[in-house]
Parts: sequence; C-alpha cells; structure tokens
Amino acid sequence: MSILVNKNTKLLVQGITGRDGSFHTKKMIEYGTNVVGGVSPGKSGQSVHGVPVFNTVADAVKATGANTSVIFVPAPYAADAVLEAAEAGIGLVIAISEGVPTLDMVRITPYLQKRGTKLVGANCPGLISPDEAMVGILPGNIFLKGNIGLMSRSGTLTYEMVYQLTTNGLGQSTCVGIGGDPVAGLYYEELLQMFEEDPETDAIVLIGEIGGDAEERAAQYIKEHITKPVVGFIGGLTAPPGKRMGHAGAIISSGTGTGAEKIAAFEAVGVQVARQPSEIPELLKKLLKI
Amino acid sequence: MKIHEYQAKEILARYEIPVTNEILCYSVGEVQDAAQKLGFPAVVKAQVLTGGRGKAGGVKLVRNGEEATAAAEKILGMDIKGFIVEKVLVAQGVSFVSEIYAGLTIDRNTKSAVFMVSREGGVEIEEVAKDNPEAILKFAIDPDLGMAPFFARKIAFALFDDMNLVHQATDLFQKLYKVFIDTDASLVEINPLVITSENQLLALDGKMTFDDNALFRQPEILALNEPSEDEKKEIDAKEKGLSYIRLDGSIGCMVNGAGLAMATMDMIKLYGGEPANFLDIGGSSNPQKVIDAMNLILSDKNVKVIMINIFGGITRCDDVAKGLIAALEQIKIQIPIVIRLSGTNSKEGLAILKSANLPTVETMSEAAQKAISLSVDFLR
Repeated sequence: MSILVNKNTKLLVQGITGRDGSFHTKKMIEYGTNVVGGVSPGKSGQSVHGVPVFNTVADAVKATGANTSVIFVPAPYAADAVLEAAEAGIGLVIAISEGVPTLDMVRITPYLQKRGTKLVGANCPGLISPDEAMVGILPGNIFLKGNIGLMSRSGTLTYEMVYQLTTNGLGQSTCVGIGGDPVAGLYYEELLQMFEEDPETDAIVLIGEIGGDAEERAAQYIKEHITKPVVGFIGGLTAPPGKRMGHAGAIISSGTGTGAEKIAAFEAVGVQVARQPSEIPELLKKLLKI
Repeated sequence: MKIHEYQAKEILARYEIPVTNEILCYSVGEVQDAAQKLGFPAVVKAQVLTGGRGKAGGVKLVRNGEEATAAAEKILGMDIKGFIVEKVLVAQGVSFVSEIYAGLTIDRNTKSAVFMVSREGGVEIEEVAKDNPEAILKFAIDPDLGMAPFFARKIAFALFDDMNLVHQATDLFQKLYKVFIDTDASLVEINPLVITSENQLLALDGKMTFDDNALFRQPEILALNEPSEDEKKEIDAKEKGLSYIRLDGSIGCMVNGAGLAMATMDMIKLYGGEPANFLDIGGSSNPQKVIDAMNLILSDKNVKVIMINIFGGITRCDDVAKGLIAALEQIKIQIPIVIRLSGTNSKEGLAILKSANLPTVETMSEAAQKAISLSVDFLR
C-alpha cells in the first residue's frame, strides 16, 4: 500500500510531445511507472518512447483505461487540460505546469469537486510511491521504499529531505509535492488523512513554507484527527515581508503567514519542528523508536 | 504586480464606480493649478508603490493655494520607504458621514474569491483584522455564481439599513467583482468607501495588485508596470531563467529550487549570518545560467562570499560540477566561494570539483558555517 499512486496506476501524459513532457515520460517509464498513453491535439497516431499518442483525453481513456493523468502543457492551457481529464473520468490529475493564473484554479475547482477528481498541483514536482510508480519530475533514484509519508510545498527542498531520509535508512511510502501556488489541489489536510489511513505509513513528514495559513490549519487537523507521529519543517523563516520568494504562494502579507507563527502552531499541538533538514531523520527515529 | 492609487481609480472609474474628482501632477505648478481647478479643501497625496504613505506624511489636506504649494513642495521628492515621490494626486475634498472598507482577494482555503467588508473603514484593514477581527465580514464567492445580484445585496444589507445605500452598494459590489475578475487581480480594495453628506457612496482611495501569473493575458495592466531598481533586476533575472530577490546581507546565495533557496537563507541566519539574496537558478547545469547568476550576485557590492548550494536531482551532480567549472573559468571572482553539492552522482561531482581545486563541503549546515566564517575573515 501507499497513497494515490501504485502498481495499479495507469498513467496518461497530457502534453507528451512537448520537450518536458517527452523527457519526463522517458524518466517515468524508466522508473517503472505504467505509462499507457499520451495526449497532444493533432498528434494522434504518433508514439513517444513507445507510448501511443491520442488527440483527446476521452480517446486515450477509451483505448487504454487510464485512471491517472499528469499535465505538462504550458501554464495558459493547464487549467483546460485539467478540466479535460476530469470530464473524461480521470480520478487523479497531477499538474506540473508552473505559472497557472490563480483565477483559473479558482474557476476549475467546483467542477473537479463535482466530478470527484483529485488534483495535485499545479506548480508541483509530482508524487512517488517508491518501487511502485513515479508521476512527475522527481529524481526517482533518491527515493527508498519504506514507511514514512511525506508532503511538501517545495520541489528541491523535498529532494533534500528525502535524501536525508534515504541516506539514514528511512524509506518512504509516498512522497507528494503539493505545489507552491496560492490555490492548489490536494492539501495537507486531505493528505494527512490519507497517510493516517494507509497501513504502510508509520510516520509523516510535513514540509511547509511561509505564506497563507495552511500549516496552522494542518496543525489543528493533526490535533483533532491524526494519531501517527508527524515531524514538520518550515522554509522561508528569514524571507522579507511582501516579497514573492519564487513560489507565487510564498509571500508574507501584513504580518500573517510568517514562519514563526507556523512553527508555534505546530509545536502547540505536539508536532516537532526541525530547524534544519538534517534534524529530520533523528526526530523520526526517536518518534519511531528505531 | 502593484499599481498606483490613481491608476487603480482610473480602472474603477472605467467600470462606473464613483471615485473622487482628481488630477495627477508632477510639479508644484501643476499642483497649484489642479487645486484651483478642483476648489478647496483638496487633498494632496503621494503616489508611491508602497504602503504607509499617510504615516510618512505623504498625504496632506490643503485649504488654500499657499497650503497647496507647501504640501506639493514637501511631498514631491519625499522618500517613503526608499521610494522617491515623483507624482502626486490632487483630489477634491469631500465631506462624508462614515467610512466603509470593501475589498476582494483570493482565499486559499475556500479556493475562491472572497469579498470583505467592514464598517471600520479608513484605517489600515490589517490593524482591524488584528485588533477586532469580528468587524470584518467575509463572503466567499462561488465562481460558478459570481457576484449574483442577490449575493451583492446580501453583503450590502450586512452594512446598511438605508435602502438607497443598499441599492448603491449592490450595484457597486457587482462592478467591483467584475473589475477583479476582468483584470486577474489578486487584490482590489476601496478604503475608505465613504458615504458623503449627500448620502452617496464614493471611493476616496483605491488599491489594486495583480496576479503575476496572469499578466501574459493582461497587456493593458502590464503596461502600467513601473518596476523599482531592485524589481528591474528581478525582472532581468527572470528573463534569464533566474529568480532573484536582493536582501541586505553579505553572503551571496546560488541555489537550485525556490524551497531549497529559502531553506538556505534560513540556514545562514540560523548560524548568525545574513544572506545577500534569494536566488533560484532552476534545474539545469547550463554554464551560461551559472555565469548570469554569478554576475547578478556580484553586482551587489555587499557580497563578501558566495555560497552555492545545489541538489542534483534529474540534473546530475557531475554535470552541475562541469557547468560550475566552465562558468568559473569564464569569470574572475575575487571573493571566496563555498560549494555544497549533494544528490544524484554527488561523489563524481565532488571529485570533479576537487580536481579543479574548488572547495566543497558535504552538508548545508557546514556550507553555511563556512560561508559565515569566510565573510567575517574577509572583513578583517
């Protein structure tokens, strides 16, 4: 077991003929992900790394039985691509595209809810259940199968954390990059619940960053619903107010969304917060009594 | 992206939202003429792309020509948080009976636009939010419904009993939502929205910021952009695929990935140092990008040491190392560099750097500590 993606994942790649889509399709196949098809309007009949290409998601689903889709199309068209996947009955969509307008995300949210489609991202590195499936742009080789569930708003910071875990012998059940945008799909609360219910996950790592109050809400959720140990980390403690730190969502406005508030919220509910990435393995080992 | 008050009010006026009569001025003479034309009292307001201008003395009520001249002389050229005032808005004085706050922004939690109103207008809304949060009413807007008339009316009734005002507000709130959506705004704010002595709603101030991700489809908004010197540098960097923000410290940072870049800054602070910048070079080993990044860091004369923190994911460390060496051969750097390379093929990458006599360390914390000690040595 793991969450969201596994050996049963049948993946479509939307935007498969583009540079990034093609490159990462190869990487995903090499990792062992079951990539069953790609979508690129007007390119039906072609194939990319042996994967058949279709004009529409509906055609692709009909021909391949795909249940998951990853989106590499440019940001201006990304929201439409998500809607197309949802309409075609895809249950899980992972949007890698960076720079999607916030109001596009606002507009598609009700339809996704109506269709029961789960969205990860946009502006995220994707997710991985080690040895089962990797969906997105994650460097598969640094992950190790195990019992730690991880969720993060940042890509490279996730890799840094995972590398620390793996080199300390702490494997992962699933690692999810939820993306750095202000309005995104699955967030801490949904993922915390999934990890709580996953029998293979024994502890959870939550990597947050400045901006918004999602970490504060996650802390409240952990207090009320989560029995498994959780370790936290917050990036951007030293960011100046009002500046966008690379991620559109990582902005401190008017004194809210600061790192200090987030750490305080976690510690108030008993979540230990690492002050630097290298402390995470030790905290986990202590909590798991390894 | 931010715009000036006068630009925000021009946009509001285009949507037939009532705003004060006002004239934009660049000189003392223009202010004198404008004040005569509009009549007294009038208000002279600094136009700068930062908040807190009232506290800084950048807003003055004037009752006659002499006061207008004095205010113009004082405000034009004033430094407000590093922004020099180059233009002022002269607005007709208005007598009003009360001040309302009305604003729209994005709520991350409900994943929707949210309309906020308060009877406590005229003061900084952040202060109201802190001291008296119940005074701010929030209405999440279903994007499928938009600002339906009944919904705008519901908000209006939360503020007013007088049906005349309810009608005016219902109409105004619908227009304000349309502005927000049409322009891909991330914030639209009227504070204060006043009830004049004639019982009319009128926007005395206006503030708008926009979603940077949507500027590609908002050419008219983009044309209003007036980047500051630091922002110009940031825009320049962005065109080269770099995400850069200048800070005040002495340790220049070059990192791949926004999250790791933030964590690197945090690490430097944790050990008592001060980062000179946030710099995300993205995921590639292209030597040109490293050269561009180096030049950007070195353009800040406060930088005493450069800390490079790269995590090789898809881009392997040996490729990153080769890219770094190629870049460093092309530019002469007089200050010390600390390189931390980790991740895929890190052993090979570190070996390559070692053979080129470039100093490396294994962990982020070591890198931060070394960079700090080098920056201190350098000062001696």
